[in-house]
Amino acid sequence: MSATTEPTTTQSAARALPIGTPKHHIIIFAVLLVLLLIAPFVLYPVFIMKILCFALFASALNLLLGFGGLLSFGHAAFFGAASYVTAHAAKVWGLNPEVAILLGMASAGLLGLVIGALAIRRQGIYFAMVTLAFAQMVFFISLQAPFTGGEDGIQAVPRGNLFGVLPLANDMTLYFVVLAIVFGGLLAIYRIIHSPFGQVLKAIRDNEPRSISLGYKVNRYKLAVFVMSATIAGMAGATKALVFQLASLTDVYWTMSGEVVLMTLLGGMGTIFGPFVGAAVIVTMQNYFAGFGAWVTVLQGTIFVISVLLFREGIVGVLAKWLKKPL
Amino acid sequence: MFELLGIPPQALFGQLLLGLINGSFYALLSLGLAVIFGLLNIINFSHGAQYMMGAFFAWMGLTYLGIPYWGALILVPIAVGATGVLLERLMISRLYHLDHLYGLLLTFGLALILQGLFRNQFGVSGLPYSIPSQLSGGQNLGFMFLPNYRAWVVLASLVVCFGTWFAIERTRLGAYLRAATENPTLVGAFGINVPRMITLTYGFGVALAAFAGVLAAPIYSVNPNMGADLIIVVFAVVVIGGMGSILGAILTGFGLGIVEGLTKVFYPEASSVAIFVIMAIVLLVKPAGLFGRAA
Repeated sequence: MSATTEPTTTQSAARALPIGTPKHHIIIFAVLLVLLLIAPFVLYPVFIMKILCFALFASALNLLLGFGGLLSFGHAAFFGAASYVTAHAAKVWGLNPEVAILLGMASAGLLGLVIGALAIRRQGIYFAMVTLAFAQMVFFISLQAPFTGGEDGIQAVPRGNLFGVLPLANDMTLYFVVLAIVFGGLLAIYRIIHSPFGQVLKAIRDNEPRSISLGYKVNRYKLAVFVMSATIAGMAGATKALVFQLASLTDVYWTMSGEVVLMTLLGGMGTIFGPFVGAAVIVTMQNYFAGFGAWVTVLQGTIFVISVLLFREGIVGVLAKWLKKPL
Repeated sequence: MFELLGIPPQALFGQLLLGLINGSFYALLSLGLAVIFGLLNIINFSHGAQYMMGAFFAWMGLTYLGIPYWGALILVPIAVGATGVLLERLMISRLYHLDHLYGLLLTFGLALILQGLFRNQFGVSGLPYSIPSQLSGGQNLGFMFLPNYRAWVVLASLVVCFGTWFAIERTRLGAYLRAATENPTLVGAFGINVPRMITLTYGFGVALAAFAGVLAAPIYSVNPNMGADLIIVVFAVVVIGGMGSILGAILTGFGLGIVEGLTKVFYPEASSVAIFVIMAIVLLVKPAGLFGRAA
């Protein structure tokens, strides 16, 4: 083949990232942290917590999609399942919030292991369809299972006391806990991407047959990243259940999976900060246009179409191109 | 099999019929998806929305223009198919050189737009569409009551599915189509206008969805979300059947409808997840699907 053959990558924006941490990434993380520490004193904390949770959710999907090249259209299953488990653990079992969140994450990870093991048997769009179908199965189970509260969901989830000491009923206190969780999650994803594991992942994304011939057990890597992504998505869902004191069917429904794909696409697949930006834009838009009813769906669909047709690199992807630096 | 005795035959055959009806829609929709996927390599996520459009166009035709059911059955697929042609020319055709995922994402966005627009216009409560007078009533078969319209749906779906299979597998035009899926460049070199063929194929696939929508209008209430949940079940059907063959789409569609109906008789709680459980088993045993070619 000629040298001009492009690798069959889904994310042309994502260039090979160096293994070490570039200086500008540290600066961006630091600035982001400072901004987020100031933010609750300027803006409504619950609103920013919502952005934070979805930023983590989108980053988890981006780990799978942007760096693993696997489009999961069923990530709401992990997000929603974790929020149900956390809500149930906190409300019915009366567990501490940190234990409830860990339980939520564990259940999402386990679910990810089962769904992932089946889904990686198909590739590309089939993979997307399989994940979507299994997510719908989780939705039906959530609708019928005795502990989920059916259409009502689990309401009035107590936020409890962190480590049994620190009361989280106050929005401000909870904000800093959520910030710590989400920022921890983002750093973990960053760490995964820049590890040797992440490099293999990118090699598989860019050229799977070559990775196989190099001797990598491709399916194990795919499954591993799927479980990681599901667990972190569960972390986001669990946190959201505490913030809104609610676990509901919306969190498991497939439109939620679509929403998080949109956030990732809009922000920039395969970029580190893209999902954060995408989540901020979409959540802000939803809050702002909430009164317009179904027009929000139309607007989201339009953004989807425009992103795919004209703007495939996303906001941060375009920015990275201008600055000639991986973001 | 002891449970069989405990189930009244009325309920058993009633659910079987219901399963067969659902199967008709699964078959028609997965057939449309397979036709589009075959030539365009695009998973048409807006298929459910286009099915919904079919039902709404039938309702609008009757309410605003006085077009009766039989007219709608012909005109609506043509009209919705035409929107599909437009869509392919304006948007989808720009994505062929990209990863297939973008086609999925684009059509997903389109589905959101369509559903949102119809929800704004008509709300979510659902609109009634009455059964045409020629097909009202039903037959008493002795062991069960068979409504005429339902029998018609199964029959119409079978005929259209068979017609499509025949056109693709047994005619010259179908041979061109199949050849173009194998090697579009070569077929183009023989003087066949491949881009136009692709456009018309998409239009035809969309028309199939719209036809299913018109058939569904008198059975289910016409509402903007009617395609949204169905499409995911159809995706599962497609994964189970494998996208390789037209016949596979049809047989799996009907078969799974019946399995779903039977589950409703013996274990109602599992009926909505039965298809997904089957999908899991098929993925374990035969990842390429029952009728699919191994990748």
